[in-house]
Amino acid sequence: MTLTANKPSISGQRKRQQDNKRQQTLVAIVLGTVFLLAIILSPLVLGESGLNTVLTQRNQPPSWAHLFGTDWLGRDMLMRSLHGLSLSLRVGLLAASVSALIGTGLGLAAGTFGGWVDAVIIWIVDVFFSLPHLVLLILIAFAVGGGTQGVIIAVALTHWTSLARVIRAEVLQVNSADYVQLAHRLGKSSLWIARHHMVPHVVPQLIVGLILLFPHAILHEAALSFIGIGLSPHLPAIGIILAESMRHLSTGYWWLGVMPGVLLLLCVKAFDWLGENLRSLLDPKTSQG
Amino acid sequence: MEARRKGQIQIKVILVFVAQKLLRLGLLLMAVAVFTFVLLSFSPIDPVQAYIGADMMQISADQQAIIAERWGLDQPLWSRFLDWLGQLLQGNMGTSLVFNQPVSVVIANRFQASLQMLAIAWFLSGFLGLTLGIVSGALAGSWVDRLVRLYAYTLASAPTFWVALLLLIAFAVSWKIAPICCAAPPGVLSQNVTFWQHLHHLLLPAITLSIIGIANIALHTRQKLIEVMQSDYVLFALAQGESLWNIVRYHGFRNILLPAITLQFASLSELFGGSVLVEQVFAYPGLGQATVQAALRSDIPLLVGIVFFSALFVYTGNTLADLAYPVIDPRIRLRGQAHS
Repeated sequence: MTLTANKPSISGQRKRQQDNKRQQTLVAIVLGTVFLLAIILSPLVLGESGLNTVLTQRNQPPSWAHLFGTDWLGRDMLMRSLHGLSLSLRVGLLAASVSALIGTGLGLAAGTFGGWVDAVIIWIVDVFFSLPHLVLLILIAFAVGGGTQGVIIAVALTHWTSLARVIRAEVLQVNSADYVQLAHRLGKSSLWIARHHMVPHVVPQLIVGLILLFPHAILHEAALSFIGIGLSPHLPAIGIILAESMRHLSTGYWWLGVMPGVLLLLCVKAFDWLGENLRSLLDPKTSQG
Repeated sequence: MEARRKGQIQIKVILVFVAQKLLRLGLLLMAVAVFTFVLLSFSPIDPVQAYIGADMMQISADQQAIIAERWGLDQPLWSRFLDWLGQLLQGNMGTSLVFNQPVSVVIANRFQASLQMLAIAWFLSGFLGLTLGIVSGALAGSWVDRLVRLYAYTLASAPTFWVALLLLIAFAVSWKIAPICCAAPPGVLSQNVTFWQHLHHLLLPAITLSIIGIANIALHTRQKLIEVMQSDYVLFALAQGESLWNIVRYHGFRNILLPAITLQFASLSELFGGSVLVEQVFAYPGLGQATVQAALRSDIPLLVGIVFFSALFVYTGNTLADLAYPVIDPRIRLRGQAHS
């Protein structure tokens, strides 16, 4: 009697908890996406307002009128930070996407062809890991001539390694699975197997891998611009804004460096958050619980 | 007799190990050489222009051609590569254009300045990271754990140069307890710098690097310890009434030390990259700042030299980690002897 009475209520409760967890994840994904889209699109919406030189309002600390304060030319730092971040995010997104394409291509090739193709790709990955990432970035950015193009190429060429490893492992694992072996025996073509067995496994890895690449790409873009090898000083990327603030540090204008950095930190965290939540939604182990 | 044979075997094992490591290092440096050479020879930078710089207008096309011929730029790619490699093998890395000294001398001097900073940062981050990781892993779910995790996750996504900037603002500008730049007080000759002045200038960059380095090792140690705490032997020890700290000491510590050490040696690569940014912010005249100088002022010989040196540095770190295993874990020691 008690058993039959209890059973539905327990499973009902469990169902509700699942829904909550799933809803929380979905809400997190939506919030993260909205926040990042808002920053990327903010220059389009806000236009050039606040970027003009207002010499009467120079070097003002943060207040309600200027949340991030103003710089030595009286420009609003919140506006400058938003413009800079939007530029940095777009550069980072482009570079990371190219990098993800390279990583997927090489990972798929290494996993499917095996043999010497695999050996060569793994060797390239090892060589990349044997140099400090920042030194590699500086070398490539320098060699291709610097500037915006230099940053994009450097970031794109150096971030694919871990994704290639993940995809390769995934392909190898699926390839050795019983159902794939069975499909081979049943005479299915390689293309059919790739289409029906590989793609459903690799695509979620790719999406999550791509999103988790963004924060690295953006941080490295900012670092390169900060040391002066990246975007030109005329393009106010976030790294340039922070580098400029260095010159005004000793005068005590702390907000020039602190506030844009906080916004950059929030963006990186938002990408991390988005990636983790998307992973738990797409991963069959966690998507149901 | 038995002891002597054992000693001989051990020497053989060590020799094989060293030979393997040197061979791998040779292959790696060769790969880096090919990669760097191909990258730089396809780059749009004109070496003659990079060498002459602003005086390019005063040099006629004929003179440029003479310089190019003197440098062998008219030769095919592979013969230039062999020439360059031959010089490199003889230990000639060229002359730095920025510092007007042989590249090897510049790297040696600069690395000496960076080494102390890197060493302090490395030990500090290893020690603090391990400690924080153990505490938060043992007390998983408590407020201490949450605090450590918040710290680690925030620092993991914070830009290195921005953290350096924050510390500079706080300690050097606002509280004025740390110097604002450089490796010595202004106006003091380098041979007259006292030990305390030296340490004073070294400490803030080193602390910045270690603050960032802590995050990774703390998170990994925490994860590893939680895995250990969920094992059967820990459950058994708990059932026998063993206290939490004894379990961490006898079961946890031994199992997390090896991965932690691997990670800490592997982090040398990131430490090197971090030092480039931190030295830039603190204007500390080390190897990291020289890297930026070389790239900004087109000093190709120095940049290539630093690329090689950093590969060597990272490789040394990984080799040291390999060497540390048998010292720490008796099981690996025994297995190594069984193989021979």
